[in-house]
Amino acid sequence: MSAVLVLNGVRKSFGELEVLRGIDLELAEHEVVCLIGASGSGKSTLLRCVNLLEPIDAGHIVVNGREVTANGVDANSVRRGIGIVFQAFNLFPHMSVLANVSLGPRKVLGLARAQAEQEATALLERIGLADKRDEYPDRLSGGQQQRVAIVRALAMKPDLMLLDEVTSALDPELVGEVLAVIRELAEEGMTMLIATHEMSFARDVANRVCFLDAGVILEQGSPEQIFKAPQEPRTKQFLQRIVEAGRL
Amino acid sequence: MKIFCIAEAIILVTALGVAVLRGLPGPVFFPVRLFAVVYADFFRGIPTILLIYLLGFGIPALQLSGVPTSELFWGTVALVLVYTAYVSEVYRAGIESVHPSQNAAARSLGLSHGQSLRYVVVPQAVRRVIPPLLNDFIGLQKDTALVGVLGVIEAFRQTQIDQAATFNFTPGIVAAVLFLLITIPLTRLTDWLIGRDRRRLLAAAGAPV
Repeated sequence: MSAVLVLNGVRKSFGELEVLRGIDLELAEHEVVCLIGASGSGKSTLLRCVNLLEPIDAGHIVVNGREVTANGVDANSVRRGIGIVFQAFNLFPHMSVLANVSLGPRKVLGLARAQAEQEATALLERIGLADKRDEYPDRLSGGQQQRVAIVRALAMKPDLMLLDEVTSALDPELVGEVLAVIRELAEEGMTMLIATHEMSFARDVANRVCFLDAGVILEQGSPEQIFKAPQEPRTKQFLQRIVEAGRL
Repeated sequence: MKIFCIAEAIILVTALGVAVLRGLPGPVFFPVRLFAVVYADFFRGIPTILLIYLLGFGIPALQLSGVPTSELFWGTVALVLVYTAYVSEVYRAGIESVHPSQNAAARSLGLSHGQSLRYVVVPQAVRRVIPPLLNDFIGLQKDTALVGVLGVIEAFRQTQIDQAATFNFTPGIVAAVLFLLITIPLTRLTDWLIGRDRRRLLAAAGAPV
């Protein structure tokens, strides 16, 4: 198995605040890694750095054997191979569902409109939203919007998917339909790095769980190991609070 | 009316260009951004009538070869320069009002800065600024009267000629009515567009209309 993603001593500050303080992480092909940790521990920033939406201050990021943080790397070509799904969906409100999903393939991959739309429709069918293809995003529920956002990222045929708290903005009854789509992706062998607050989901779907605390990966291991027998006091404390809140 | 139509078409394009230049990222484009800022500051700071005067009388007086000497031409150029500055600021406000997450989503698909602007940011920005754009065009429509100082016979100039001949202010009233006939429908159209946008926003937010 080759590494799809390698992070080496990644550091990132916003002004005085150092959000990432030396992250080392490796994702093998078909691996699903969940990042857990309190809000502000750096999960989202880490994902944004991998997608080059935020420049890093130190360290290296290697995607499919290519160092993407080197000078002179075309960020657009790197992002082409990495799908990211955001907490707030970020669908384009002035475009139909179909246009949202086919924009990237048409303009970045250079597909003809007919082919891009055909592929987009096929993807929408898979998540049961083909009948919504001509609707605008504000006519869809949050769960439907987020599923469209996942499909929009998939339409670029990425090697790696980054999911940033994709269920945090959803009503509780809509979380399930989004997690089901992600679970299906995991079963199909998509390599994924997932920041999440859904601990039971992380336990089910992840090959590996990383606990982020104050900008470092404090502890990582299999889901059983992290959730049943955490070693670090900070991890225990965090999971304790989750259990008390009734979320695990 | 002809001045207005030609100027408006040019302004819509050039102003968007200036607004986009001002938003170019990275240190490489600093001189370009600086140009856009200086341009907007300069031409918004000069009284329109002064610029019309300077260009309309000044440039033909230089007697440069190959340069048009028509007052109508230079009057229109002056209006275009001034209103491009105003309208570029309207566009810029629109572009900045589109949430950065929209750009992030577009860039994350691999779209370039230009593609993101073209397909995602500007279409949303333009929809938002249509009411203020129309507002500026009502202003432009009225300011075409200023070109009259160059001796171009637009509506206001014509009334002065008629008044001087007849000592009668009726032509002035006619000219005023002519201007209102154009500006009032434009104003109502602006109001209607603002109202429609508001209804859409409320509907999307699930609030009663």
